[in-house]
Amino acid sequence: MTAGVPGRPADTAGGLPVGGAMRVMGSETEYGIHAPSAPGANATMMSARVIQAYAQVTRQRAAGGAETRWDYTDEEPLHDARGWTLERSSADPEQLTDQPPVLDAEAIALAYGRQELEADGEDEAGTLLMNMVLGNGARLYVDHAHPEYSSPEVTNPRAAVTWDAAGDLVALAAVRRLAADPELPPVNLYKNNTDNKSVSYGSHENYLMPRSVPFGEIVRGLTPFFVTRQIICGAGRVGLGQDSSRPGYQISQRADFFETEVGLETTIRRPIINTRDEPHATADKYRRLHVIIGDANLSQASNFLKFGTTAMVLSLIEAGLAPRIEVHEPVAALQTVSHDTSLTAMLRLSDGRRITALDLQWIYFEAASKHAQDTGVADAVDGDGHTHEVLERWSGTLSELGGDRAAAASSVEWLAKLSLLEGYRQRDGLEWDNARLGLVDLQWADIRPEKGLYYRLLARDRMQRIVDDAAIGRAVTEPPSDTRAYFRGRCVSRFGADLAGASWDSVIFDLPGRGRLQRVPTREPLRGTEALTGGLFARHREAGTFLAELLGLSPGS
Amino acid sequence: MAGQEQQQPQSRDTEVDEDVPAAPPAPADAQASAATQGVDDLLDEIDGVLESNAEEFVRAFVQKGGQ
Repeated sequence: MTAGVPGRPADTAGGLPVGGAMRVMGSETEYGIHAPSAPGANATMMSARVIQAYAQVTRQRAAGGAETRWDYTDEEPLHDARGWTLERSSADPEQLTDQPPVLDAEAIALAYGRQELEADGEDEAGTLLMNMVLGNGARLYVDHAHPEYSSPEVTNPRAAVTWDAAGDLVALAAVRRLAADPELPPVNLYKNNTDNKSVSYGSHENYLMPRSVPFGEIVRGLTPFFVTRQIICGAGRVGLGQDSSRPGYQISQRADFFETEVGLETTIRRPIINTRDEPHATADKYRRLHVIIGDANLSQASNFLKFGTTAMVLSLIEAGLAPRIEVHEPVAALQTVSHDTSLTAMLRLSDGRRITALDLQWIYFEAASKHAQDTGVADAVDGDGHTHEVLERWSGTLSELGGDRAAAASSVEWLAKLSLLEGYRQRDGLEWDNARLGLVDLQWADIRPEKGLYYRLLARDRMQRIVDDAAIGRAVTEPPSDTRAYFRGRCVSRFGADLAGASWDSVIFDLPGRGRLQRVPTREPLRGTEALTGGLFARHREAGTFLAELLGLSPGS
Repeated sequence: MAGQEQQQPQSRDTEVDEDVPAAPPAPADAQASAATQGVDDLLDEIDGVLESNAEEFVRAFVQKGGQ
């Protein structure tokens, strides 16, 4: 009997220290996509080319192919809304080979209509790969009309920053590959959330929570926090309103696209709290909280605070200790906060008080800090190794935002972008509706270091680093060691040629000589770790014996 | 045709020798003071990096819906 079966239930509520910033989490980034030399190109087609390009990169890099196909069987039926994902089919593993991770003509037609397909005039679509599972445990795929990188599951905000930034390098590798192909138009990718013409695309966070926490408590505890969280991690945006028709600058990329407080939708009538419920794990134990309100962050410090503070607020909610605050008309308040770069606007609370977004963040900070100290995780030496830093940066950033804003410009993304824009406004006398300021906003998010303005500031050490470049570079190919992403990523890297597919909660082997597929469930996010399965990978170079030991089978059975 | 780009100074040579950076993180206070200096220098560099036709480029960046 091996301890390495990833699907075996965990004994405790996760096994991570509770009360602070540690929990199972991950990021999703939909990149803006643009081919300046091919203005009418089909966005879904271009996105598929990005995935294809990265598949070519990984084939080059890893013998055996560090990529495999996505297994749709554990996706919930909701995903069929897009028209081209598979029906769930769990009974017969043979059927799993039928999944269509390719963009076909029908899929494009379903998404955008026949006319667009015919206008594009391409006939290559039937062969394009739409989904990959990467050796670092991530998923790279086409979502709607954007390439999306979904990071592997990690356990702390520092790792969330690392594997999210690794996704930007994955995207960059695909961009480079396409740029080197003389037959295809070069494609630019942008880590932002709007085209400033009424369209927004998401950057989502996912947090694992015990299902026992009532959803109403999550809504009550998170809403005031999400209304104001943008002041520490908004990415900044030139233009007000969904179509950017009013000149100005605001804190958040996303705020103007939110229209309701709670709901299931992610593409229309976007809610502050999203109720999508696909745990991708043991469903009676866990809830995957799907957060859609955040901005995509290039600033590592902003990204760190986005994940770290949210994880801490969830710990407060789980302990029943979230501040008892209710913001009056939270959607309007969200936009008020975003449009107020002075941070002086007063938000009305339901009890009649009026406080600023900074005040509200301080209230959450104080509660989170006290709870983390009471549980012992906040200690600089004996704590959980992450919460102390989150609290230090959270209070430091709030202090700077209330006083020395120039200092905050090296960490808070919307302020960093604003200081650059103000430089242009002062030097060249530009008004907010000047196209050059719009270009600075857009090009801030270009993922190429030579073109992306965030990266130009980083190169000059005008932006703080939380994680060094080498660690991010490793995370492009290496999975996190302390979640099931380790098992998934290692299987992809080591046994890619023997895999029929993989998903968040399964890895499917297709071994020659065996009559049927072997599906290894990974329903527990904190199993399948290096500690539990590293020895198994060390003992086996060959998938057959690996699987035999893992599943307790005799080889060749 | 956009009328803005003629006021864009060319200083492309400043970006060529700055490849992917590998500098160690500076202390936070040093970074903070650096943030208040060299703005003109920074803008000169970015002038050379910005896409050449701002109005056209921004207008052409049109996305399909997303989540």
